[in-house]
Amino acid sequence: MDPIIRIKNISYTYPDADRPALDGVSLDIMPGTFTAVLGSNGSGKSTLAKHLNAILVPAGGKVFVDGMDTADEGNLLAIRRQVGMVFQNPDNQIVANVVEDDVAFAPENLGVEPKEIRRRVDEALKSVGMYEFRMHAPHLLSGGQKQRVAIAGVLAMDPDVLVLDEPTAMLDPRGRREVIAAVETLCRERGITVVLITHHMDEAVRADRVLVLDKGRIVLDGTPQQIFPQTAALQALRLTVPDTVALMSRLNAAGMDLPMDALTPAECAAAILEALQ
Amino acid sequence: MSLIELRDLTHIYSQGTPFEKVAIDSLSLSIEAGQTVGLIGHTGSGKSTLISHLNALLKPSSGTVLLDGEDIFASKAAIRAARFRVGVVFQYPEYQLFEETVFADIAYGPKNLKLDNAEIDRRVREAAAFVGLDAGQFDRSPLELSGGQKRRAAIAGVLAMEPDVLVLDEPTAGLDPAGREDLLGRLFRWREVRGATIILVTHDMSIANRCDRLVVMSEGKIVLDGTPEAVFAHGEQLVSIGLDLPAAAHIAKLLRDQGLDLPAGIYTLDRLAEAILALRGKGASPC
Amino acid sequence: MLKDITLGQYFPGDTVVHRLDPRTKLVLTLVYIAALFMVGSWGGYALVFAALASVAAVAHIRPRALLKGLKPLVFIIVFTAVLNLFFTGGDDILFQWRSIHVTWSGLKRAVSMVLRILLLVSGTFMLTYTTSPLAITDGLEKLLSPLKKLHVPVYELSLMMCIALRFIPTLIEETDRIMSAQKARGADLETGTLPERAKALLPLLIPLFISSFRRADELALAMECRCYNGGEGRTRMKQLRMAWQDGVAFALGAALVAGILLLRRLGI
Repeated sequence: MDPIIRIKNISYTYPDADRPALDGVSLDIMPGTFTAVLGSNGSGKSTLAKHLNAILVPAGGKVFVDGMDTADEGNLLAIRRQVGMVFQNPDNQIVANVVEDDVAFAPENLGVEPKEIRRRVDEALKSVGMYEFRMHAPHLLSGGQKQRVAIAGVLAMDPDVLVLDEPTAMLDPRGRREVIAAVETLCRERGITVVLITHHMDEAVRADRVLVLDKGRIVLDGTPQQIFPQTAALQALRLTVPDTVALMSRLNAAGMDLPMDALTPAECAAAILEALQ
Repeated sequence: MSLIELRDLTHIYSQGTPFEKVAIDSLSLSIEAGQTVGLIGHTGSGKSTLISHLNALLKPSSGTVLLDGEDIFASKAAIRAARFRVGVVFQYPEYQLFEETVFADIAYGPKNLKLDNAEIDRRVREAAAFVGLDAGQFDRSPLELSGGQKRRAAIAGVLAMEPDVLVLDEPTAGLDPAGREDLLGRLFRWREVRGATIILVTHDMSIANRCDRLVVMSEGKIVLDGTPEAVFAHGEQLVSIGLDLPAAAHIAKLLRDQGLDLPAGIYTLDRLAEAILALRGKGASPC
Repeated sequence: MLKDITLGQYFPGDTVVHRLDPRTKLVLTLVYIAALFMVGSWGGYALVFAALASVAAVAHIRPRALLKGLKPLVFIIVFTAVLNLFFTGGDDILFQWRSIHVTWSGLKRAVSMVLRILLLVSGTFMLTYTTSPLAITDGLEKLLSPLKKLHVPVYELSLMMCIALRFIPTLIEETDRIMSAQKARGADLETGTLPERAKALLPLLIPLFISSFRRADELALAMECRCYNGGEGRTRMKQLRMAWQDGVAFALGAALVAGILLLRRLGI
């Protein structure tokens, strides 16, 4: 299978910045996978995300989305339709004052037939569990609900890739759970490729692949099971380790022999039980 | 006498309109001087409305707010006094920055206190040092700072008023893990040095479990109140009102559900590790 | 609290009036206003009132809601009444005290002016109470679409209006938040002389401007990501479509105008 996104040695420096935000990043993302991108503030995560749908075009190197070069202006709309992008602040990405009208915004821009727009809007709202709120005013929804509307607004373009730039940073625990559950379902059940940028380790634990960025470079790349046991490396990069890993490394230091790849609380509990018996 | 006492506080928004909403529902609460209180609850539980009463920004629909036993709404002077004694840092405080320089912005509160220039200067420098903002940044525009630095400058603006009670609404929201740890550490150190009272409003359980006392709100009422140990023993109730458990409490609950004999109220990884290792010792001995 | 201000006059409902095409309602509101100015007899006012009352009844708008909407206009209404009552000349003096005199024609004029204002404002309420701001925007866009030929950016204008409506509650919340934050730092927005107060507003206005620009920036980016590229080639999910009810509404509107002209002719 060909990668849906192919990044070849890209670099990017913001105007007025004294060091590059991205510095020689190469990366292939396979269709249908769930990738989490970690890194402290200023590591280049958001800059990388903005290269995935041609908001930014690399100064050096190339980005291909489904074979299309993002530097080619002619591909712009096709790439944006293919790679949906959701941002941190749900308030600042909702255009209309009725939920369903907002979700219709993108397909309307694309000139889709009215009947087909209706179908896509309904389907998108259902797939994030917001269908019954279709007639609501966005400002009366909770943060998690707004963010799900924003995801639906992107899904209505029928994209193959969903890029989410810290979508849960402004949400409470309930909102975070709602959003992450919706994203996971889209990936696992509808085969949408997900790239999730986050500060929350418990969200990254659910991904197929974890990338850690530092100073514009990819410094760690692997499955969560490969990445998270590297406590020392993560701490050096100003990141925390998931609490499950922290617990198991404490127990192992005291002489237990737990597998370090039990990352979710349930897996961790099961591993502890097994070791105790 | 408690430092802060809320008696039968009720707050209703848009009273008398179809949009009427009871945000706080006959709530009573006392807070002693020197405590670090975590106020937790999901969005819309009434915690933000509650803190706006502590410095007299919102007037209760009914009930009283006492500061050192005095009604803070008794007179205009009392309202003003409450506003200076209780410092509130709202969510995303970086959006309040407006002065031309970082120094002037931190000095805004002390200036409103009508302090002399030497005192203002001392307070600004001290507050900036507490939050880890170095003096080299003083002459820059607040807009040129990084996100994390803006947050620090905004918090310093409230610390410089040297309040007896510091209320912070989600002070670490949106920061990266290292930034979160650093800021929290600095706030706790400020509390120690000043001997002040801190009220932390949060839904981040890794912050909540560092408080002396937790007050859990749901639908305008206090549903749980006690030490973190006592509060986190009610895991299912916390989850049912939309909150998370600290990871340690969550794992402990899963283990208990599987029949493991762990003591109730575990909420830190250290305690959990200890308890598991103790069981291991026991499990090994009968053989 | 700013939150206490209820914005927008729209009362959602599912009556025939609510379901009419917004274009129909916009045009009929204009017809209604024109008809009101054609009224030349008391019978005409009665007819307009009857028309208004029937629309309100069909749309389930309670008289109380209408009166509440008219409340802010009390001053203008009283002012108009007084002006017409005391300053209309004529010989048919009804009442006189020193230099103040009230004439029959003055009284008639005052009553007719007050009626006209009340009916005019209540009539426009029929539009705003039963039509969401978005539907009004949509209707306006369609009605004005011939102007596209003159290179008037009708779609962009209507999108601007739509976004403005969408962000009003958000900006009110934001204002509230910043106001609280500055008050917590001892800002005094309520007392002082006028220049002092104007200066005291800076800590509120500057952050509000900065954050509005930031929002505009982020929104523009989000819109670009959703393939926004102007009005050209755009389709709409919701097509405005006239139904037979709209035909009936137009017929009734025409009947109203005809009735008023007839009554005027007959002098009733």
